[in-house]
Amino acid sequence: MIAHPFDYLTPKSLPEALLLLADPDAKALAGGMSLIPMMKLRLAAPAKLVDLRGVPGLTSISEESGRLKIGALATHFDIESSRLVRAKCPLLAMAAAHIGDVQVRNMGTIGGSIAHADPAADYPAALQALEATISIAGVGGTRAVSAAEFFVDTFTTAVGPGELVVEVSVPVEAAGTGTSYQKCLQPASGFAIVGVAARLQAVSGNISMARIGVTGLSGCSFRANGVEALLESGSDPQAAAAAIANGIDANSDIHASAEYRLHLARVYAAKAIRAALAAAR
Amino acid sequence: MASVITEQEKLIGKGIKRKEDPRLITGTATYVDDMQLPGMHHACIVRSPYAAANIKSIDIKAALETPGVVAVYTGAAVKDVGPVPCGASLPGLRVPHHHILAQDRVYFVGHPVAVVVATDRYIARDGADLVEVDYDVLPAVADPEKALADGAPAVHPQWPDNVAFNFHQENGEVEKVFAEAEVVVKQRITSQRLIPSSMETRAVLAEYRSGEKALTIYSSSQIPHLLRTLVAGMLGVPEHKLRVVVPEVGGGFGSKLNVYAEEALMGWIAMKTGKPVKWIESRRENFLTTIHGRGHVDYYEIAAKKDGTITGIRLKLIQDLGAYHQLLTPAIPTLSVLMMPGLYRCQTICADIVGVFTNCVPTDAYRGAGRPEATHGIERMVDMLAAELKMDAAELRLKNFIQPGEFPFASATGLTYDSGDYAKPLKKALDIVNYMGLREQQRKARAEGRWMGIGMSTYGEICAFGPSPATPAGGWESASVRIEPSGKITVHTGVSPHGQGEETTFSQIVADELGVDFNDVVVLHGDTAIVQYGIGTFGSRGTAVGGTALYFALQELKAKIKRFGAMLLDTDSVVYEEGRCACRKTGNSVSLAEIAGASYRAMKLPPGTEPGMMATYFWEPPNFTFPFGAHIVVTEVDKETGVVTIQRYVAVDDCGKILNPLIVAGQVHGGVAQGIGQSLYEHGIYDDNGQLLTGEFMDYAIPKITMMPWIESEHTETPSPVNPLGVKGVGEAGTIGCSPAVVNSVVDALSPLGVRHLDMPLSPEKIWKVLQGGQA
Ligand SMILES: Cc1cc2nc3c(=O)[nH]c(=O)nc-3n(C[C@H](O)[C@H](O)[C@H](O)COP(=O)(O)OP(=O)(O)OC[C@H]3O[C@@H](n4cnc5c(N)ncnc54)[C@H](O)[C@@H]3O)c2cc1C
Repeated sequence: MIAHPFDYLTPKSLPEALLLLADPDAKALAGGMSLIPMMKLRLAAPAKLVDLRGVPGLTSISEESGRLKIGALATHFDIESSRLVRAKCPLLAMAAAHIGDVQVRNMGTIGGSIAHADPAADYPAALQALEATISIAGVGGTRAVSAAEFFVDTFTTAVGPGELVVEVSVPVEAAGTGTSYQKCLQPASGFAIVGVAARLQAVSGNISMARIGVTGLSGCSFRANGVEALLESGSDPQAAAAAIANGIDANSDIHASAEYRLHLARVYAAKAIRAALAAAR
Repeated sequence: MASVITEQEKLIGKGIKRKEDPRLITGTATYVDDMQLPGMHHACIVRSPYAAANIKSIDIKAALETPGVVAVYTGAAVKDVGPVPCGASLPGLRVPHHHILAQDRVYFVGHPVAVVVATDRYIARDGADLVEVDYDVLPAVADPEKALADGAPAVHPQWPDNVAFNFHQENGEVEKVFAEAEVVVKQRITSQRLIPSSMETRAVLAEYRSGEKALTIYSSSQIPHLLRTLVAGMLGVPEHKLRVVVPEVGGGFGSKLNVYAEEALMGWIAMKTGKPVKWIESRRENFLTTIHGRGHVDYYEIAAKKDGTITGIRLKLIQDLGAYHQLLTPAIPTLSVLMMPGLYRCQTICADIVGVFTNCVPTDAYRGAGRPEATHGIERMVDMLAAELKMDAAELRLKNFIQPGEFPFASATGLTYDSGDYAKPLKKALDIVNYMGLREQQRKARAEGRWMGIGMSTYGEICAFGPSPATPAGGWESASVRIEPSGKITVHTGVSPHGQGEETTFSQIVADELGVDFNDVVVLHGDTAIVQYGIGTFGSRGTAVGGTALYFALQELKAKIKRFGAMLLDTDSVVYEEGRCACRKTGNSVSLAEIAGASYRAMKLPPGTEPGMMATYFWEPPNFTFPFGAHIVVTEVDKETGVVTIQRYVAVDDCGKILNPLIVAGQVHGGVAQGIGQSLYEHGIYDDNGQLLTGEFMDYAIPKITMMPWIESEHTETPSPVNPLGVKGVGEAGTIGCSPAVVNSVVDALSPLGVRHLDMPLSPEKIWKVLQGGQA
């Protein structure tokens, strides 16, 4: 469990970090909760680590014209414990609170988590349901992509070589919106076997808007558009949740076969929808 | 000289906080990895990625050329080092020669092939990647039943049937009993492979002083003296020139009751290079190469009368041994056979063990070692019998228990159970849970469509290993007590505590016996240069055997104290109480410190008495001890997901006399945690190619604190007549009592669906499939 040798660099500004990351042998280091274990298992061997934690301005959480702007270096603990996030975008706080254990949440960052794009990570489900926007900075400037475009495949995102996630932007929830994140834990790692984020707007039980994000079920997080459409056209939660697995090529491993995962996805989708509905009241 | 004797509080039986804890919780304890010696090198081992392969060639050139790499050794260099020892002997046992580095073939993933020695551990690790081994991969077999099938790959080519041994034991008229039985219940029951997962991995540091021709090995071990004897033999170092030091040990659970290739290898490297060398096992190596536990496939049959009287038990036990025998590998399943009848009177048993080689890391002792498997088997069978006879599970047990008047009881497997009142903990546990009320609650839950289960186990175990003739290496234990001139006390114990808290309990024994302050006692262990020979810590023997040796050493010392006391008080009759010798006639008394001082000053000596104040005792136990208890577990199964929740866990354990309830509670909690791990989560899974699929904590689930139920731990106290302390042992009870109670509870929950048995671990998916199909 000893990493290959590497250099450790500590840029003091975003441009400096981006410059250092232009080297194809360099890799960004945020909380280290995914990267360091991979290096110790010798699954990753960057020659240079560019520690982002000295770059100012990347940890802030603020409200700006109807949205919350969350710096890429905000830790899971920052997010789960932020009054602003808990009040204005509780789904994100709830997803953060489900991650790993206290030690991991104190170190790991939202930018690192989504850039890593583990297919069983928690944030992606929430960000899909929230229709979050992710800002990606490169030497040529900054661009914004939607969560749906951001998560491309297993461990693959829209972040290009030498680019950095700098900010995640999520909506301030309107009155009448209810959200919930429900997760089935893998008992060893604590990651999601499946996790479902539900975000609903409902008036006296009639759902006018439904957004369902799913993680763990397949190679990449996704929005369950079929379930959303059923909910918006008046299906009951159970029946709508059943559609979550339609057309999905589910993961299969020693912790859950594809068949069982698909079943769990339906169960957890129903749980999340019911809880979001209750919260919308 | 004062003459007041005050009544002193006894410490035995009190929940005294452990002496060990301050250093452990402040991070000031010294483990092997904390040790630095001048000029120390670091070793990293190159291991086989294949379960079976011929080694065609090994190229060490690139590694050797790496700056900082000092040496690279392969199997050829160490072929004359003695084999990794197997201490168990069974008739006809096939023992493969277990070289410390592979010679021309590898037998399991993780098999050591070469070792890189470097000036720091990072260079050593990088060097290991540069050793190029060319393998010719061979078919492997990782499942014991598949290994027994015709045409299976041979783990060791010289033994194509993969059978290491057959072992048979029987008592009574087995055929007749089964032929005449009114009911026979049969079931295949597995106890899966488990990975011991101690917090500290293995760790070895070796230092050779060429001037003295003396080797010192520091190792994280449970058995310093046995390690010394055996490694001295492997390396050809005279035993008196090898010192083994066991500093703080971060858990063993049986996995460090062993002698490993790396312990001899580091000694060999230290001698070869003349420099100290350290090897710290990585977590990944720990998963792959430290022994695993369990690995049973058991075929049980139980015969009974219609009234529930158990008349016979038959067992075919297939033991997955792995590729080699480690220290006790083949002996572990024989312990299961000894424990086969459990707490029941049944005198007719028949057992056949087949020990099977597989291309996996060896199995060996893991917390409970053979007894959890046996208890799981008999306790599952008794529940199945109860279901078959439509009897209550508690009632069936009570009917078959050996009764209090029947002790000492000669068991069907040749043991003599020392003492017991088996109904007592069961009735206590039933009372605590309000069993009748609970069954009523269950009826209601079922009516509401909820799957609630109530399960119990009544376990017995064999502890205090053990009489020497019944153990591979001697079963006695030693203690020496030295009262220093100031009256402070130094104890040397031959056991090797590593979490069991004997520095505390032994201090309590000394404090009570000599009437001294608990803090005036130090208990030293784990260094062959300062402690007389001892056997070590395993099999719940530390206090029952080691504590008893201490007790007898103290009695010898007390006699000597009194001789000095009488001399100093100028009388011929003294009593020793509360740390003073007193003459009843005159009322004069003298303190222990004064006596100790006088014994060393030696101005005058009692007739025929040596100066000094020290006694050493080697105690040979006349028998094992036999703790017992009852665990009751209430579970609920989630209908949608199959997830099992433990709603209540009641453990009533009888470990004989309790010296320190706090330590006993700790042992029960830890044991139950590991039992719950086996019941619900843990499984060391090899694929068909012999690759370990659960090779890290991301995939191998030991229960975290959030996955543990509240444990209600209670006791009954039936003293053992085997030793004067009346203690039996509690290190493994939690693990042994737990798994059958959990599984019985879940099977009970699902019994309306026709479920009669489930194999561990009870993963949600396994249960969900049962819920889908109605049968396991
Ligand atoms: C024991 C344990 C349990 C865990 N359990 C969970 C869980 O239950 N759910 C869950 O979702 N996660 C879990 N995780 C993962 C954890 O959330 C990580 O913190 C997270 O995945 C990575 O974030 P980090 O800040 O630590 O990133 P790092 O490990 O530092 O980096 C991860 C990757 O992202 C890149 N990177 C980092 N920051 C940026 C950036 N700003 N822009 C572009 N690339 C970047 C790095 O180069 C690297 O490739 C667990 C981790 C551990 C160790």
